[in-house]
Amino acid sequence: MDTLLLSRIQFGANISFHILFPTITIALGWVLLFFKLRFNATGDVKWMDAYRFWVKVFALSFAMGVVSGITMSFQFGTNWPGFMETVGNIAGPLLAYEVLTAFFLEAVFLGIMLFGFSKVPNWLHSLATFLVAFGTTMSAFWILVLNSWMHTPAGFELRDGVAHATDWWAIIFNPSMPYRLAHMLMASGLTVAFLILGLSAFRWLRGDRGADARAVFKTGAWLAALLIPVQIYMGDMHGLNTLKYQPQKVAAMEGNWDTQSNVPLLLFALPDEAARENRFEVAVPNVASIILTHKAEGVVPGLNDFVAEDGTPQHPPVAPVFWSFRIMVGTGMAMLVLSWSVLWFMRRGRGPAGVPKLMQLALVPMAFSGWVATLSGWYTTEIGRQPWLVQGVLTTKQAVADVPAPMVASTLAIYLSLYVLLLIAYISVLFYLARKAGSHDGPAPSAPKSQPVPAE
Amino acid sequence: MMTLFGDPAQWLPVAFATLMGVSILIYVILDGFDLGVGILFPFADEAEKDRMVASIGPFWDANETWLVLAIGLLLVAFPAAHGAILTALYLPVAIMLVGLILRGVAFEFRVKAPGHHKVYWNAAFYVGSLITALSQGFMLGKYIMGLESTLGIWIFAVMTSVFLAVGYSFIGACWLILKTDGALQRKAVAWARGGIWGLIIGIALISIATPLVSERIFAKWFTFPEVVLLLPLPLMSALLIALLWFGLRQLPTRNDRWAWFPFVAAIALFTLAFFGLSYSFYPYVVPEQLTIYEAASAPESLFIILVGTIFVLPVIAGYSVLSYTIFRGKATALRYD
Repeated sequence: MDTLLLSRIQFGANISFHILFPTITIALGWVLLFFKLRFNATGDVKWMDAYRFWVKVFALSFAMGVVSGITMSFQFGTNWPGFMETVGNIAGPLLAYEVLTAFFLEAVFLGIMLFGFSKVPNWLHSLATFLVAFGTTMSAFWILVLNSWMHTPAGFELRDGVAHATDWWAIIFNPSMPYRLAHMLMASGLTVAFLILGLSAFRWLRGDRGADARAVFKTGAWLAALLIPVQIYMGDMHGLNTLKYQPQKVAAMEGNWDTQSNVPLLLFALPDEAARENRFEVAVPNVASIILTHKAEGVVPGLNDFVAEDGTPQHPPVAPVFWSFRIMVGTGMAMLVLSWSVLWFMRRGRGPAGVPKLMQLALVPMAFSGWVATLSGWYTTEIGRQPWLVQGVLTTKQAVADVPAPMVASTLAIYLSLYVLLLIAYISVLFYLARKAGSHDGPAPSAPKSQPVPAE
Repeated sequence: MMTLFGDPAQWLPVAFATLMGVSILIYVILDGFDLGVGILFPFADEAEKDRMVASIGPFWDANETWLVLAIGLLLVAFPAAHGAILTALYLPVAIMLVGLILRGVAFEFRVKAPGHHKVYWNAAFYVGSLITALSQGFMLGKYIMGLESTLGIWIFAVMTSVFLAVGYSFIGACWLILKTDGALQRKAVAWARGGIWGLIIGIALISIATPLVSERIFAKWFTFPEVVLLLPLPLMSALLIALLWFGLRQLPTRNDRWAWFPFVAAIALFTLAFFGLSYSFYPYVVPEQLTIYEAASAPESLFIILVGTIFVLPVIAGYSVLSYTIFRGKATALRYD
């Protein structure tokens, strides 16, 4: 394997590992604020119990996100120097604003949020919770501005091969930014909805009838059921935006080789790039055209339009984009069905007790369905941008560092084994915390003020 | 606006080099004591370990963010230097990142994982802190020597890596003197007494080596009148070391009145050493290869970052002070409620 491929795998592995945790913290911050505000309003201790349980998950996820994020800021330099040398004038200020307006805010107030409850007035603790949630969201905003700009660059000019900013407003509000940001924030909300629903179902299945588990179960179910239709709609809008600005990506997502009308929706296919056709297609006639153009006879661009004169493809590798997209959509559909069924079974105040055991069992692995959907969504859009790093400006190949391949291979091996270990530790600690929360007698382990819960 | 202070291609790189330098210095001091506390871990018993982590728990995350800001400023303000430095330091950077990852997650796992796993996460906390410090010291050594790879430079870098780790453990011990009491505080005093040796040898080594490596740096220090004007720098360092030496023999005092002194003196010492290094390297950002003027981004981009920075940095300073005020005094057990 060459340096380019190894560097891509390494960055892909890092960013995949990293995004798991911000995806949780972005929305979990707001959910924690919700628990805190419910407690402030009702004085019901179950909300504070919910807060105390999930703030541990938040702290753990936050630490995982921070350390894996630092890795990436260094990898820009160690592996991808061409990126900053070419588009540093654009990417630089955006990253700087992320550090300045988000990282410090969340890091400082996280300390107060975690350990300050008995040291500061309640309003300041609630404010710290808000600022941490706000900080994580600001961070998502800036990084998605930059990522969107890499897909749909705007507001710049190239001078001597280096991008110079001409219009910051156009850079920040570049064509795909609003769609991508909304899609990602929704993804974060859904990831957290299913995470809290899944772990609460796990507690319920273990016979834990804590009032906090019940309240969190309902919160998760409602959040999931409300967000998923919005997310499906947002995803559709984002897809139409991509069709306009990156048609080759949509062509790969649909596995559509020739520009044509009445394009079918492929439920299954094995795209074969060598033969430039699909094998074993299972298709629903006209539906891709209807989704993308809202007309059965609508014309959808094909991959064969994106081939250079000498035959080298100028479109992304088809199979990974095609399949990532299907995994994302499939997971989304499962989320829709499951969350609305859960709401149905919970009707008329039955709560988690009304939900059949089989469905409770299904909810436990679904705790990580948000991760699956988020990762496959990111693979769709990022692999879908290849061979470009910045669409039309810089190819991935041009940006890679001239580091010897064995060196990249060795660091890749170290990172991968570390990430696997940490992921196992993270998931097992989540379930350990859930088991421990349920092993307390009675609903409120923290109710008596004389027995404070240590930071564990 | 941009021409407020003359040619923007001149003053903006200087402004950003200053900002970056300050971020690195703040990082080295703040995460220096965090990492130092981690390096001292094997010398403490179980209850002391909890107390030591409690003394840095509310701060470490924000402290580490200064590294992100520093590397971010290098990335955004001097992109050419960022690539050159980081590709030359590829392996030590990767090892440092592994260290930072281990240290950062161990904070959380050691108290959240099942009880019998705690000993492993304590080990991860120690190892992570140690290899972070060692690899940072190694990078410092390589950087001072112009990022080249010869056996002599390699040996020098190994020495700087050991002395930086000892230096971190020294400032970590000083932090613990300030934040703890009783037996742990007495232990911390003993650690600081041992660690100060590493600090003295380390600073001396770098001060002697740097002018010897580079004629340019030699000329900057040892020509008239610079040599006289710069004299306060080594003199003040020597005075601080003497005061620390004497002070650590008197600590802890009965009413704990001077517990702050070693930490403050250590900060002053780190600052002086850092100022000396910055003076040596200016105007280079990659030693002897690339000046800050050559490596700088376009002035329009630098200016828009600077505007934001000027507004935001005081706010960051403000809420950092708030956090240190809330968690002032002797460290108590970390609780979520």
